[in-house]
Amino acid sequence: MSLQDVDRSILANGGSDGVKAEEYLQRAGARLRHWLSRYGLLAAFLVFWQAASSGGWINSAVFPPIDAILSSMWRGVFGGALLDDIAISLQRSGLAFVAAVLVAIPLGLFMGQVRPIEQALDPILQLFRQTSALALYPVFILLLGLGEASKVFVIFWATLFPLLLNTISGVKEVDSKLIEMARVYGASRPTVFRRVVLPGAIPSIFVGLRLSATTALLLLIASEMIGANKGVGFQVMNAQYNFQIPLMFAAIFILAGLGLIANYALVFAQRRLCRWSDVSI
Amino acid sequence: MGDVETFRKGEIALRDLSKSFQIGGRSLRVLRNLNLDIRSGECLAIVGASGSGKTTLLRILAGLEAADAGKVVIDDQPVRGVGNERAVIFQEPRLLPWQTVLENVAFGLEVRGGHARHANERARHYLSLVGLADFADAYPKQLSGGMAQRVGIARALTVQPEILLLDEPFGALDAMTKLTMQEELERIWRDENVTMVLVTHDLEEAVYLADRVLVLPKNRDGNPKIIEIDLARPRDRSEAGFVQYRKDLLREFGLH
Ligand SMILES: Nc1ncnc2c1ncn2[C@@H]1O[C@H](COP(=O)(O)OP(=O)(O)OP(=O)(O)O)[C@@H](O)[C@H]1O
Ligand SMILES: [Mg+2]
Repeated sequence: MSLQDVDRSILANGGSDGVKAEEYLQRAGARLRHWLSRYGLLAAFLVFWQAASSGGWINSAVFPPIDAILSSMWRGVFGGALLDDIAISLQRSGLAFVAAVLVAIPLGLFMGQVRPIEQALDPILQLFRQTSALALYPVFILLLGLGEASKVFVIFWATLFPLLLNTISGVKEVDSKLIEMARVYGASRPTVFRRVVLPGAIPSIFVGLRLSATTALLLLIASEMIGANKGVGFQVMNAQYNFQIPLMFAAIFILAGLGLIANYALVFAQRRLCRWSDVSI
Repeated sequence: MGDVETFRKGEIALRDLSKSFQIGGRSLRVLRNLNLDIRSGECLAIVGASGSGKTTLLRILAGLEAADAGKVVIDDQPVRGVGNERAVIFQEPRLLPWQTVLENVAFGLEVRGGHARHANERARHYLSLVGLADFADAYPKQLSGGMAQRVGIARALTVQPEILLLDEPFGALDAMTKLTMQEELERIWRDENVTMVLVTHDLEEAVYLADRVLVLPKNRDGNPKIIEIDLARPRDRSEAGFVQYRKDLLREFGLH
């Protein structure tokens, strides 16, 4: 149904209410423009992919058409094969992420407020952060074996630092003038923390959360490509190995989707918590 | 209640107050044996060249900074740190960006242990006193500079202090807003019966608002000077007496 059809049907139903219909149409047009400006290029890219692949302009063995990928995803998810992989991947990254949140946020809030501890720990934190978690993965495997523990731990390790460092800097960057203002009104340390420091640090904590979520996904895939027999990351490698290219892309798309969902969920939470500031995606 | 009123009246005595700072290994003497009595309910302006120690003095009065020697006595009690009888208005509004205007105004009273409902009621009262009743639910981001400063003033008034300490409260505002705010501040000062210590760069502001003006010396070895402003209120900025006081003050700084 095109917009003209919508227009006509409203005119037919609403009768005399032509003004309303026009307004509605304008709003629909505005929404369409907004949608196009935001997702137009993405849609064009997918259409181009589909056309190029099914038209034979590009090697369809490497880039199968979108519909083949989607049907393979459909079969994988609803046939249950990919579902197990998704579940185990979510469990690994979810466990690691939650553990990182539980460690990094309280520790960061504490470290950000106690200058000597922060200064003593900063060099070692910087060192750990600069050491790629993937480079340490073999060490974790030696320590924890090739099973779930080393996978969860390497993801935890990599997600811990962005969150910890952002929480610390969030606390440190809270305007000292606001803290002084609270002190003038006789606020105790816990009150200053609850009413000034914590809310002031939240935007920075969310930056850390979003970075950590991205990192968690990255490390998930990497760890699943090494010595795993389940998981979405494993399926990417496995499908490629078995030359099930649509399935490989289906797994890649699922990973991209998981990343998007995680990011949107965090942006949504941030919007709820930080209505006072403008949040951009 | 009556007892409290007669006992605590917002009287400030400075006795031999001295303060130095260490800057780059050298000691910089900012205040030297300052003695001053600030009367209950008066408005004292403090003027002086940049770096003459106005902010330092005000921060000592607020209890945010400790003097090296001497003492501050408020209502016969020596000052140690911040206190409930004082409120400070800074040059910047210092509002919490994550709280609404009303929550900001109620902040001081809540922190001091007021019940939220009571604090909100009183906050509403002072918010309308500064003309911002309609903005109770706005966030600080949505205010202009002058409005934000007014919210800061309402927050200070909400704790009903005996002493209001102001450090260049209108320094960041445009000339028009500044004049309006000075008039509003005078009205509030009269209605609330509060002792006011006002640090300012603006000599006209000092003459308009103050009963007495403390001139801190430009040269650190000089002595501070007190000038009494004997003009009827509300004052007329263009009247001869007003202009004369302004001239006298300018002359204190070697200006014309
Ligand atoms: N925390 C501090 N540490 C070191 N020196 C300081 C500190 N605070 C103030 N000073 C010094 O004390 C002197 C007086 O500073 P103060 O801020 O009281 O001046 P002021 O009269 O308020 O100046 P202005 O009009 O520019 O605000 C300055 O020379 C400043 O360098
Ligand atoms: Mg100053």
